[in-house]
Amino acid sequence: MSTYLIKDVELVSGEKVEIGIADGVIMELSNKASQSYENILDGSGCIALPGLVDLHTHLREPGREDAETVLTGTRAAARGGYTAVFAMANTDPVADTAGVVEQVVRLGKEAGWCQVFAVGAVTKDLAGESMAELGAMAHSAAQVRVFSDDGKCVSDSQMMRRALEYVRQFDGVVAQHAQDPKLTVNAQMNEGTVSARLGLRGWPAVAEEAIIARDVLLASHVKSRLHICHVSTAGSVDIIRWAKSRGIDVTAEVTPHHLLLSDDLVESYDPKFKVNPPLRSSEDIAALRMGLADGTIDIVATDHAPHPAEDKECEWAGAANGMIGLETALSVVQKTMVDTGLLTWSQVADRMSITPAKIGRAIGQGIALAVGAPANITIYDPSKNKVVVAQEQISKSKNTPFEGIDLPGQVRHVFFQGNPTMISTEMVAR
Amino acid sequence: MSLEVVTELPRHLLSIGDLNHDQALLILDTAEELAKISDAPIKKLPTLRGRTIVNLFYEDSTRTRISFEAAAKRLSADVINFSAKGSSVSKGESLKDTALTLQAMGADAVVLRHPESGAANRLAGWTNGVVINAGDGTHEHPTQALLDAFTIRRHLGSVGSDLKGKHISIVGDVLHSRVARSNVLLLNLLGAKVTLVAPPTLIPVGVESWPVEVSYAIDEVLPEVDAVMMLRVQSERMQNSFFPSTREYSRLFGLNLDRMNLLQKGALILHPGPMNRGLEISAECADGVQSVILEQVANGVSVRMAVLYLLLGGNIGVGS
Repeated sequence: MSTYLIKDVELVSGEKVEIGIADGVIMELSNKASQSYENILDGSGCIALPGLVDLHTHLREPGREDAETVLTGTRAAARGGYTAVFAMANTDPVADTAGVVEQVVRLGKEAGWCQVFAVGAVTKDLAGESMAELGAMAHSAAQVRVFSDDGKCVSDSQMMRRALEYVRQFDGVVAQHAQDPKLTVNAQMNEGTVSARLGLRGWPAVAEEAIIARDVLLASHVKSRLHICHVSTAGSVDIIRWAKSRGIDVTAEVTPHHLLLSDDLVESYDPKFKVNPPLRSSEDIAALRMGLADGTIDIVATDHAPHPAEDKECEWAGAANGMIGLETALSVVQKTMVDTGLLTWSQVADRMSITPAKIGRAIGQGIALAVGAPANITIYDPSKNKVVVAQEQISKSKNTPFEGIDLPGQVRHVFFQGNPTMISTEMVAR
Repeated sequence: MSLEVVTELPRHLLSIGDLNHDQALLILDTAEELAKISDAPIKKLPTLRGRTIVNLFYEDSTRTRISFEAAAKRLSADVINFSAKGSSVSKGESLKDTALTLQAMGADAVVLRHPESGAANRLAGWTNGVVINAGDGTHEHPTQALLDAFTIRRHLGSVGSDLKGKHISIVGDVLHSRVARSNVLLLNLLGAKVTLVAPPTLIPVGVESWPVEVSYAIDEVLPEVDAVMMLRVQSERMQNSFFPSTREYSRLFGLNLDRMNLLQKGALILHPGPMNRGLEISAECADGVQSVILEQVANGVSVRMAVLYLLLGGNIGVGS
């Protein structure tokens, strides 16, 4: 294993250091390295973050390898500064058995771009009717700790209660996609002034908020751990804030796109802005940013959702929901949270690495940079600016909603378990 | 005839929101000029000779298609009817491929009727030709609003003028109505006051951003208005509990003889058709002296001629 020294880099504390990497761990973290290293990398102008951890990624394999594979998705993750991703369960076949989750984790290991943790489905085939073998997945080689029917809501109250209770035996968490199905039949976009004008069927905020309210009360009743996926409304932030104030064990995530984009973009009828939950109002965006700043929302998760071009080059109603986001997440967080003064870099490390790893029980990930810690490191230059070009995304699918938007920052070097996955903004051949 | 085009129209007609006041008036005034052709013994102008107009219909709408077809033929255009019903979203050839195919065949304009909102906007992004929205989902139906305004103006206004000071009520399923959305925009653009009347379940969330008043009491509104536009109510809305029964809907929001007597003398009754007689409108009202429903149909041809004339005529010279 080669050894590396990153010079002139700043820690989130502002301290300028040299980071020495050997044998998969951080050997040195000091203002002047004492040993010699084979490779010297420039870190000037950059901030060193613990490798990012995404609790919500759709890698599409098995089943939709035309959209993304474990290999292409984890490569895109590495480019975005991630050293771990949680692969969502809504594949084909669904990740509802030990076999599928083990396959996904194995493919991740073979690809080698970052660590892949598998999310297991809560119910068989995501149908919401009978519980999947959660224990088998937890005790498999994949060691699943996060369970989610994401893409669908566990809408049945009794099923949700049972799942919350059951996963406690292996320290699991249920990650809920909060969407009342009856209130959102054929829903196309946020229900409000824009949907009224465009004649697109509304996805009301209450359809999310009502489920979150129910679930925090259920989690409180059975004393279990609950995680809320992609919170998108101001009302949801209020409910989670209330739940936390009562000591309920709930965590929540927000996506980069919900922090930046509002529903008036749907005016174009361009399905690159179609996502579930939908883009909301600017008031919601403001509340989400405040929630992430004050800790009500614990983490940023991408909900990276690749779709091939033909699934977006059609009428709005026929288009697939979802946006890619791994490669742009850190830049969007800088633009919306850091450059606005809402978060420090130390808090970014917390919300994009340390806490998501903690929620997902991702052993070896999300560890603050220190001597002896695993060398999962993202070196990020916040001073660079770049206009996003969809075709330049290395994800297999190009459905980014950020095309044409000027985003700050650039990932310069990434280390995953001591090996570089990116050096000087170039992917390292593996 | 001499029509001097002083105002340029936008490239496509996708939404009334694409038009300004002068452009809307230009269409109405041009339609008045072109209406004279319909009264002449030879109902034909050579204006669009050699141009190809495709009626691309993903929904059955015989009246709208025939109206566009008649309009195009009176302007001497070649018309191709392409019925793609059933090949909607995620079935069959994609809208994009159809658009590219029509373009390759040399269509100068596509008149699109589609069950999904925004389909015309999407089509416009994929073709070099002119796109005219002939109804997209629950979004808009701009030529219907133009023919409605044209009809109202013929009775309550005059050529060259707008509808300033007039009060129009739109009654019925506003939530699902592309006719209502286009009419709200156009009537407001022309200076009229608009009052929507419907049960709250059929008024969209977000209506407070519209330039309208909303009422749930039709009997209070009817004496105030210069025209009332009744919208078609689909009985399948009943299954989704937008209202409890068609009888109750008819009792509370239908236009019947008693309610017609609340209207001012000279107030107009409009309906975009097809009507559910006995549901949103009774036969006496549909066929009564205040009804201008058949005039709407006739005027549709003149208004669509004007739209085709202005959108395509202005481009003559390109390639000729």
